[in-house]
Amino acid sequence: MEQKKQTYQPRTLETNLPFSWKRLFFQWEWMLLLILIAVLLLGSYVSPYFLNYPSLRDGTMVFLDKALIVFPMAMIMIMRDIDISVGSTVALSSVVMATLYTSAGLPMEVAIIACLATGAICGLINGLLIVKFKELSAVIVTLGTMILYRGIAYIILEDQAAGGFPEWFGFFGWGYVFGIPFLLIVFAALALLFGIVLHKTTFGRKVFAIGNNPTASRFSGIKVDKVKVIVFMLAGLLAAVTAIFLTSRMGSTRPNIATMYELDIIAMAALGGVSTAGGKGRVLGVVIAVFIIGYLQYGLGLINLPSQIFLIIVGALLILSVAIPKLGGMMKRK
Amino acid sequence: MEIKTENLDLEKKNPLALFYQFRELGLFFFIVILCIGVQLRNPSFLTGENILDMATNTSILVILALGMMIVLITRGIDLSIGAVIALSGMLTAQLVAANPTVNPFLCLLIGTIIGALCGMVIGLLVAKVGLLPIIATLALMNIFRGLTFLVSDGEWVSSYQMSESFVEIATGTFLGLNHLIWIAVIFCLVFFYFLNYTRTGRQIYAVGSNPQSAAVSGIKQGRILFLVYTIMGGLSGLCGVLWVSKFASAQGDTASGYELTVIAACILGGVSIAGGSGKLAGVLLGAILLGILNNALPLLNVSPFWQNGIQGFIILLAVIVNAIVKRRVERIHLLRRAG
Repeated sequence: MEQKKQTYQPRTLETNLPFSWKRLFFQWEWMLLLILIAVLLLGSYVSPYFLNYPSLRDGTMVFLDKALIVFPMAMIMIMRDIDISVGSTVALSSVVMATLYTSAGLPMEVAIIACLATGAICGLINGLLIVKFKELSAVIVTLGTMILYRGIAYIILEDQAAGGFPEWFGFFGWGYVFGIPFLLIVFAALALLFGIVLHKTTFGRKVFAIGNNPTASRFSGIKVDKVKVIVFMLAGLLAAVTAIFLTSRMGSTRPNIATMYELDIIAMAALGGVSTAGGKGRVLGVVIAVFIIGYLQYGLGLINLPSQIFLIIVGALLILSVAIPKLGGMMKRK
Repeated sequence: MEIKTENLDLEKKNPLALFYQFRELGLFFFIVILCIGVQLRNPSFLTGENILDMATNTSILVILALGMMIVLITRGIDLSIGAVIALSGMLTAQLVAANPTVNPFLCLLIGTIIGALCGMVIGLLVAKVGLLPIIATLALMNIFRGLTFLVSDGEWVSSYQMSESFVEIATGTFLGLNHLIWIAVIFCLVFFYFLNYTRTGRQIYAVGSNPQSAAVSGIKQGRILFLVYTIMGGLSGLCGVLWVSKFASAQGDTASGYELTVIAACILGGVSIAGGSGKLAGVLLGAILLGILNNALPLLNVSPFWQNGIQGFIILLAVIVNAIVKRRVERIHLLRRAG
């Protein structure tokens, strides 16, 4: 996959370009903003309960948990890799946390730390396998670990559910701080943090450089392997954070939670303008895309449309968002 | 671009190189050892009846793995096949429920056509629009699965709604062997001929091992990719009918996640995800290994909850061992050329 997409003319990093009004207006983010407005209008058209502040505020709790993983996923996709094991990582860390609390009788705080550690270790294993065995692509490694991690979750909990957490644990999924959902605050903080890391630090520059040309970045002294392992670990860690929020909202956990999360997350990143061929993407676009897909799901839920229609819409959005730039490129060449 | 040394190699004296050349043999010995081990623990494993059972249960996996092999050879991947199986199975089952007199061969044909149409959509997106196969098939997996739920309205088609002749497709026998086994054997022979002795078959390998030189030598890459995904779709559609007939029920979540098992069979069989290499014998053995595992684990009283984990572990182990052996072999080759 890496070899196919290699282009040999030098590409300028987007962040290096001088300011221009023209580029400011012709951006994918404006398009996304228009789609978001369309989704909100459509929502208010189909349901009178959709477009008001409490509804929109509480709606975020439905979809923002998985959206936390979208930031490291965007970084992974910018580096031309992919991680399809995140859903399984969510399930495994959640199961580990629940089992340590209920069966092993450890305090909840310890269980939460163990959950975060589990996620980080899962990510670390992915990252190490990918950089140590470069001939296996990230697709295969994470496909294997996807089956393995969920398999371990099943071994631990079989077909049982584990729950009965202390009351304060419910705060993650249901709590408000100053009238704003805690989850929304965490999401905003992470968006800010990842935005700064990706666009304003040398680490972010390295991620883009690796995505643009892995070989050249290695020759220019970037420790490609180290950067990759860190980013995959971040994906695992945030999958564990997602596990905490999701488990807290549901009140209990099972080994089959968060199935197919990876698809929604990849769709959010791709719709947000992260190029699947690597080297391109911005946190702002990804954030807008999260709200587009999220409010679409929330609105469809409000009017009781079957969730299968949502499946079709996400699939179609994913294809359109990756196909439109390609088709545009084809037109230009002709 | 990494240089593939295995084809240039003329000396085969090193044992490791020899092992790599005949990787399938290694897999075969692993299967033999596994069988002996299971047989020692549970004598009912290698009885004629159980072997036939295993063969019947592995047939669908074998057919699908053949299609997945050619997709992987072209550096692609198809994650949508589970959903295509469900869609074609559901539509055919509804047809049978509505007119019980439908000819079973017509059912197979209709299922195959539905699958091939699904495959063509993927082929167009990958070959013409240039989407990454993993993204395109991930999205279409969602769409096909959603369509299955929509056409079925969440309802099942159960065994009492199916005609006897339809169920007969996957349960009937011919010369003492289940129809599924015969279909799988026929497909293996056809694919063996197709991949090794036809021009298109060789072009599939050429596109996968080096797209640039394939394009330079006049191979129409887009056409090959389109063909490969259409074949994969057609096979999935066919297997959808077989699946529904075998289990005598069509549901919205039929074969959910089965694509992973199929890909696993190919990877165990030594098909490289980087494209260009993969042998039919290996894929066949890979599928058989998974079939044996599925059959043997319950016989060994392994909890069904361990199966997923064991499968994932074996896949990772197989790809890693394969990568390590390949590296060693390439190093030996380089040393030899230098000296």
